[in-house]
Amino acid sequence: MTNSIAEIEDAEVIFIIGSNTTENHPVIGTFVKRAKNKGAKIIVADPREIELAKLSDVFMQLKPGTNVALLNAMMNVIIEENLQDEEFIKERCENYDELKEVVKDYTPEKAEVITGVKADLIREAARIYAKADKACILYAMGVTQHATGTENVYSIANLAMLCGKLGKESCGVNPLRGQNNVQGACDMGGLPDVFPGYQKVHIKENVEKFEKAWGVKLSDKPGLTVSEMFHEAIKGKLKALYIMGENPVISDPDTKHVIEALEKLEFLVVQDIFLTETAQYADVVLPAASFAEKDGTFTNTERRVQRVRKAINNVGQSKADWEIIVDIMNRMGYKCSYKSARDIFDELAKVTPQYAGIDYDRIENEGIQWPCPTKDHPGTKILHKDKFARGKGLFKPTKYRTSAEQPDDEYPFILTTGRILYHYHTMTMTGKNEGLMKIAGESYVEINPMDAKKYGISDGDLVEVTSRRGSVRVKAKITDVVNEGVVFMPFHYADGSANVLTNTAYDEVTKEPELKVCAVRIKKA
Amino acid sequence: MLKIKINGSEFEVKKGLTILEACKEVGVEVPTFCHDDRLKPSGTCRICVVEVEGARNLMAACSTPVTDGMVIWTESKKVVDARKEILNLILANHPLDCLTCEKSGECKLQDLCYKYGIKGSTFKPNKKEYDVDESNEFYYSDPNKCILCGKCVRVCNELQCTGAIGFAQRGIKTHVTTPFDKGIANSTCVSCGNCVAVCPVGALMPKKKMKYRTWEVKKVRTTCSYCGVGCQLYLLVKDDKVVGVEPYFGEPNRGLLCVKGRFAYNFINHKDRLKTPLIKKNGKFEEATWEEAYDYIVGRLTEIKEKYGPDSIAGLTSARCTNEENYIMQKFMRAVIGTNNIDHCARL
Repeated sequence: MTNSIAEIEDAEVIFIIGSNTTENHPVIGTFVKRAKNKGAKIIVADPREIELAKLSDVFMQLKPGTNVALLNAMMNVIIEENLQDEEFIKERCENYDELKEVVKDYTPEKAEVITGVKADLIREAARIYAKADKACILYAMGVTQHATGTENVYSIANLAMLCGKLGKESCGVNPLRGQNNVQGACDMGGLPDVFPGYQKVHIKENVEKFEKAWGVKLSDKPGLTVSEMFHEAIKGKLKALYIMGENPVISDPDTKHVIEALEKLEFLVVQDIFLTETAQYADVVLPAASFAEKDGTFTNTERRVQRVRKAINNVGQSKADWEIIVDIMNRMGYKCSYKSARDIFDELAKVTPQYAGIDYDRIENEGIQWPCPTKDHPGTKILHKDKFARGKGLFKPTKYRTSAEQPDDEYPFILTTGRILYHYHTMTMTGKNEGLMKIAGESYVEINPMDAKKYGISDGDLVEVTSRRGSVRVKAKITDVVNEGVVFMPFHYADGSANVLTNTAYDEVTKEPELKVCAVRIKKA
Repeated sequence: MLKIKINGSEFEVKKGLTILEACKEVGVEVPTFCHDDRLKPSGTCRICVVEVEGARNLMAACSTPVTDGMVIWTESKKVVDARKEILNLILANHPLDCLTCEKSGECKLQDLCYKYGIKGSTFKPNKKEYDVDESNEFYYSDPNKCILCGKCVRVCNELQCTGAIGFAQRGIKTHVTTPFDKGIANSTCVSCGNCVAVCPVGALMPKKKMKYRTWEVKKVRTTCSYCGVGCQLYLLVKDDKVVGVEPYFGEPNRGLLCVKGRFAYNFINHKDRLKTPLIKKNGKFEEATWEEAYDYIVGRLTEIKEKYGPDSIAGLTSARCTNEENYIMQKFMRAVIGTNNIDHCARL
């Protein structure tokens, strides 16, 4: 997030796109609702009529995969009606002319044809957003899990810059991160092209910096992303995979493809707290300690680095993930002598500029938001306050492209996927809870009543959902939360798994798979 | 700044504070039932009354602003008599089952009765006879113990904004319930437990899987391990097991949690946790020692690296693990294996 969670409550306008906030980030959802109760206007763009849509002032129920057309049309209205922030654009941005040129084509009427959202609603949303002083945008995987994910994010940034809603209180472009420490995992260089602190691996100075810090020669060749790893494994080029605390058999698109890759590997190590679906394919499984058994830090969606504290002794012979990896590093001839998580933090703070001023003593009571470059720096609540990280904010105009897979005669429905309130990701943790399993014990598919009628499906019927990649049987939930032609499935469940169906097409830049759109057919089983 | 006197001592406090806030700032404790820092004062319970010189009546500290020159007495005879009377009234219809009450040790009513020496009510008992609502999977509501402070209703409506519960009926029959008394399971309740966290008595309590007394648990502050909000919470530990969770009242969640963070902690001590390393032999997992597992891993990784080069090996680090662990994992891949093949499920 460019801004902070607490600021949401004081926004005048909150534009939520591709985020089912009250189910996936429930506590942030309460900030949105409190803002609404204080008088804020809520705009929601989502293919499903989510809880916040029901509370919203403008709800744009767009066809999955049409974000760019919708956002471009909003910008078209803003420029057409002269609602843009000229001063902000002139002083802090560049490439505005090209943006104007591109969005000129996206009249609300044209966008209505693409997105299915009435032109007048798009106009209203654009006006409400542009005219407010404090307007923030919240988004999540509904924006990023598309083959056009990067373009979607560019469009959001374009909209915010166009209206001067960056670097200010209760504004900003705010991705809500889905996992407890996905922010930290990225910050720490858990990505194939960057060292800790987003320092690119192909830049000579960075390689030299880390070679000096770690005392070994390093590769400057960017590595493989998750999806590429599976492709390379199937091709026989990737031979060994070491998985720490992930369950790609359930979480990744096209389960069959993932399993084929794991089976093809010569050697697979899985380190987890349970024997997950992925662990079944491993040659060695290592028992890891849970978050309650270890010290460390997580970084939340607003970049706040917070302490994790050991509450109980390790269960069984399990060990903290870092201890296991350090043991292996030592045995492979790389000597390291960390005695505690604090020792590691002190080292990572030295090489990660954003974390340089943070230490355990400083975050004992309250976490600090990075960037925090020095020990006397208070941390950063709002990014891009006076200038953007790159200097001028660059408008990146994008044209609408269709999703990789479109419905056709054979597969006439669009399947979109997501999480529900009562489960978390692949259910490794929540699936162990009786209460949650009683409330949400099995997978289902949401079908619009009109479609259900057409196919003779009643609520609770067993339905076969089939895509080009596979087929699953799940119960039907007849609801007008989804529009005609669109079906929704939660992706948590191993039985009736949505990711048996999803498409591996991915965004060229981020390699993020298009989990939010694939073509399926349904029939009563 | 305003000059005020509390219990005979002079203080200077900021303008705009209530008596309760001013007392808190200078370290004088005033008891409350219905007060919550996150909500506007409601002045419902009256237990916070204090004596203000020159005022006709006792004033509710939570909702009276301090004024310059104010002289406040927080434990004068008049105040203590009033508080005793309030407790006396509450106890008239409160079950005195402290021996077995789950809240015992953390109950505000118990604490104040103890402080003011109230053993029971002098009024004719008028006990409530409501059914305990056990319909929610994670907590129960016992209206017989409710003292009608209203905090649960206000938190549900004004902070959580779910609006599942409210007051029904009037006078002696007033009680907190769901619409048409249909039970929590049939309401809009999302099981966040934020009402449970503010109940001063034993009316809203988590369903415990393991019995414990409040004084038997150690509370360890940590960060929730579910979504990216990073809610701060306490793990309650007894006999080296996590037996409960309570919210921390600070940034970023300000005392709020969701159903997962609050109630889905039993995976930690679940019987299916992996407890030893496993090595697959002839298609079946067999338990192994750490040494055997390490030898096997180090041997195979070294062999594969030598035979096919470092880029034939990859690592998946984890959005579930700590920063320290992610740092170590990518360092392992980069500095020890010699490849940048490191990624995680940021995109999923």
